Amino acid sequence: MSPGAWHRFADSRVLWSFRHDKVAIVSFAVMCVYILLSFSAPLIAPYNPYDPTTIDIMDSEIPPAWLENGDTRFALGTDAQGRDMLSTILYGTRISLTIGICAVLLQAFLGITIGLISGYFGGRLDNFLMRVADIQLSFSTLMVAIIVLAVFQALFGTELYERLAILMLILVIGIAEWPQYARTVRASVLAEKKKEYVDAVRVIGLNPVRIMFRHILPNTLSPILVISTVQIANAIVSEAALSFLGLGMPVTKPSLGSLINSGFEFIFSGSWWITIIPGIVLVILVLVMNLLGDWLRDVLNPKLYKE
Amino acid sequence: MLAFLIRRLVQAALVMFVISIIAFSIQDNLGDPLRELLGQSVSEKQRQILRDKMGLNDPFLIQYGRFLKKAIHGDLGTSYFFKRPAVDVILDKLPATLELVFGASLIIIVFSVPIGVFAAIYPKHWFSKFSMGASIVGISIPVFLTAILSIYVFSVEFGWLPSFGRGETVDFFGWRTGFLTRDGLVHLILPCIALSSIMLPLFIRLIRSEMMEVLESEYVKFAWAKGLQPRRIWFLHALKNTLLPVITVGGVQIGTLIAFTILTETVFQWPGMGFLFLEAVNRVDTPLIIAYLIVVGLIFVITNTIVDLIYGLVNPTVRLTRPQE
Amino acid sequence: MSVALLEIRNLEVRFAMRHVTLVALRDVSFAINRGERLGIVGESGAGKSVAAFSILNLISKPGYISAGEILFEGRDLTKLGPQEMRKIRGNRISMIFQDPMMTLNPVLTVGTQLTECLHAHRELSEPEAREIAMERLAQVHIPSPEARFDQYPHELSGGMRQRIVIATALLTNPWLIIADEPTTALDVTIQAEIMDLLLELCESQNVALILITHDLGVVSQVTERAIVMYAGRVVEEAPTREIVRAAKHPYTQGLIGALPQQTESRRRLKQIRGVMPALTEIPPGCAFHPRCPYVLDVCRVQLPGYSIKNGARVACHMVAAQMQTEAKESES
Repeated sequence: MSPGAWHRFADSRVLWSFRHDKVAIVSFAVMCVYILLSFSAPLIAPYNPYDPTTIDIMDSEIPPAWLENGDTRFALGTDAQGRDMLSTILYGTRISLTIGICAVLLQAFLGITIGLISGYFGGRLDNFLMRVADIQLSFSTLMVAIIVLAVFQALFGTELYERLAILMLILVIGIAEWPQYARTVRASVLAEKKKEYVDAVRVIGLNPVRIMFRHILPNTLSPILVISTVQIANAIVSEAALSFLGLGMPVTKPSLGSLINSGFEFIFSGSWWITIIPGIVLVILVLVMNLLGDWLRDVLNPKLYKE
Repeated sequence: MLAFLIRRLVQAALVMFVISIIAFSIQDNLGDPLRELLGQSVSEKQRQILRDKMGLNDPFLIQYGRFLKKAIHGDLGTSYFFKRPAVDVILDKLPATLELVFGASLIIIVFSVPIGVFAAIYPKHWFSKFSMGASIVGISIPVFLTAILSIYVFSVEFGWLPSFGRGETVDFFGWRTGFLTRDGLVHLILPCIALSSIMLPLFIRLIRSEMMEVLESEYVKFAWAKGLQPRRIWFLHALKNTLLPVITVGGVQIGTLIAFTILTETVFQWPGMGFLFLEAVNRVDTPLIIAYLIVVGLIFVITNTIVDLIYGLVNPTVRLTRPQE
Repeated sequence: MSVALLEIRNLEVRFAMRHVTLVALRDVSFAINRGERLGIVGESGAGKSVAAFSILNLISKPGYISAGEILFEGRDLTKLGPQEMRKIRGNRISMIFQDPMMTLNPVLTVGTQLTECLHAHRELSEPEAREIAMERLAQVHIPSPEARFDQYPHELSGGMRQRIVIATALLTNPWLIIADEPTTALDVTIQAEIMDLLLELCESQNVALILITHDLGVVSQVTERAIVMYAGRVVEEAPTREIVRAAKHPYTQGLIGALPQQTESRRRLKQIRGVMPALTEIPPGCAFHPRCPYVLDVCRVQLPGYSIKNGARVACHMVAAQMQTEAKESES
């Protein structure tokens, strides 16, 4: 079978399984809604939470519209500063998703590059890189991120930190988790290297790296897809945790995590919605990513590198 | 055994060395001991003289050597805020954090093994399906959110359980413990559940998938063919092989668990190291930050070494007498 | 002998996949007497292993026995409860698996894995069990059994491990041993050694043996009777000598023709063209017809029944037709 035909077969199988799996369909739909709504936040959000002129402190802590004392202007109520929760959540989800996706892109880029280098060159370099990967994996990402960000904040002050927060979060979460990708890609390169065509290509005088790239990347596509889905969920959780600790997004430009943090103290006075609603939004987002990851793992059944 | 032990110890020392260098560079860049000592009213010249005298103008390596020497003797500087040795401040809070970790680990071990094993043996049973569904939801709820939700439900709404602090503790051979008083135990419930809330489903899923793989193995099939009792096959033949990879993952996850204590302690205002660390970060209390770094690094390295040793003892294919590879 | 030790009647095994149910064994019948050695031959995927595992009701997950009887000493094993079945496994019927590297549990000592089998079936003290285990280890020619007893499988070679597996199979003095490709995973140099050991032990202890293999050569050396399986069905059964000398079924002939020993004789070494169909795509009629050199029209539409003659049976339309003409000729 030609590779094209195989892919069509795989695609059709994936599609078939997708159409017969209600959980997968719902998860995928929910994810699409999240992406669509959050990235069009500036267009659809009733208020702009970043614009202090639209915020009135007199509007603070208004419960969601369906509750007693609710206000129809604010469908999901307002937070302690008087910001419209719905708009803030839309913008916050955008930030969470952006950080999650960018961090995973960085992870994948680093991991795939290192995996290719490690697998292709082998020898001492491979040994060294894989040892580094082991050590990197043995340290908890969250722990490393907390310390790096805490030190960074202490060194450069809160003001500079707040401006660079998105970038820092992407860098820290992105750099800490490359080994998973690297190991998977490396294993695939090693498997490919053994095949005869690599030698044949070299004999003809073509560049084997380019040819291998064209073979290896399609092969690693399904494990990378599975890893990435779960990794985006993890990255979003990590970001939320860091923001919750005050080491992530500032309250002025909140992600879902910092929003939860900002509402936490008001939970005791009964203003639960400031924390609980963004919390639910976060959990559903992470849950559908995890469910999609699970489903992909079942369907594609890739050879994942076991930790 | 000895060679294995030495190898592990060398590796542990190496990791600690790297951590100490990181800690020292943080101190080098963050802390200005003179500011703490003298305040702003001293002239630049006097400052330079003092800097020389204190060795602050020495080359990096000499200063690092001095730092290391002090660190080995347990001197990591004096906390700016508490005006006490940073190590003492941290060690005061250590029992609270360790009890939290202990309680959470207990919950994880007690529940994950039976549930994971059950779900592997009877994958079609309603309880297995339920726990698999619940575990994926559990994994998707961040620790701090579980903590907040549990406070909201059990403390704010129902008022059943306390929401912050350790409650009453007693001195137990110099260790302030909350495990020996009713009040202390009640205070432990929510934080421990919150701390275990992500790890537990993670381990249930891990144990289930590893066990299912093992149950398909040839040696388990052979055990069935030998006519052994199902109990023996499940809990000796299969479980022992299942736990090997679980132990390895467990070692890695200890680091994550300690990271999660920072979140849990923040939510529950638990007077432990993590809570202290965040306060130290906000106050730019450098010696305390460094002390935390070193202590956590030490805990991490020690537990990882112990986990590796346990793995070596449980797994006969690891040759303890000779170096691996 | 009036009653066979084990008799399988019209066994059908299905695999319930997510969307389709595949028939892995159809209408499989055979019998084995006490002390007899029977070979089951076929390519991988023919259903040999499924047949073997179904005897002990140990078919892997989606598989199940959908019809037929497995009579062992007159009792139908398919109707036994789990506890009664457990008392048969490893006690009356033992199994030897293909790959000794995978058969022994890596985290338990050899001794534990031997004695546990005794404890499961006999009321024995630990020293008694140990003594019996030692005896068996000596029987399978394991040097210094005392030292091996406390070792872990990974410390032993493949041949040594298979000897231990054989010792395990013999522990409880079973009446039947089912050996599933017992030498395939071993080095060529020790294959014969292990096979000789198995043969010697079965003969001396009067144990019946079902030997599953794809290797007709081994079957001809070890067994007295053989059945040939193709696509989940028995296509030929006869005394081993008959099969090797004058196979009737075109598939069996093909297998014999592919044996390297045959190259010197008048027949040439030749592969059977094509491959055995997967369970999902078994053709109608005789499953072998797309590969058969003598295919008739009837083979494409009708499943051949068994033609029985002199204790041998063949499922082939061509053979049936030949027999009919022979019978008519002898009549006239």
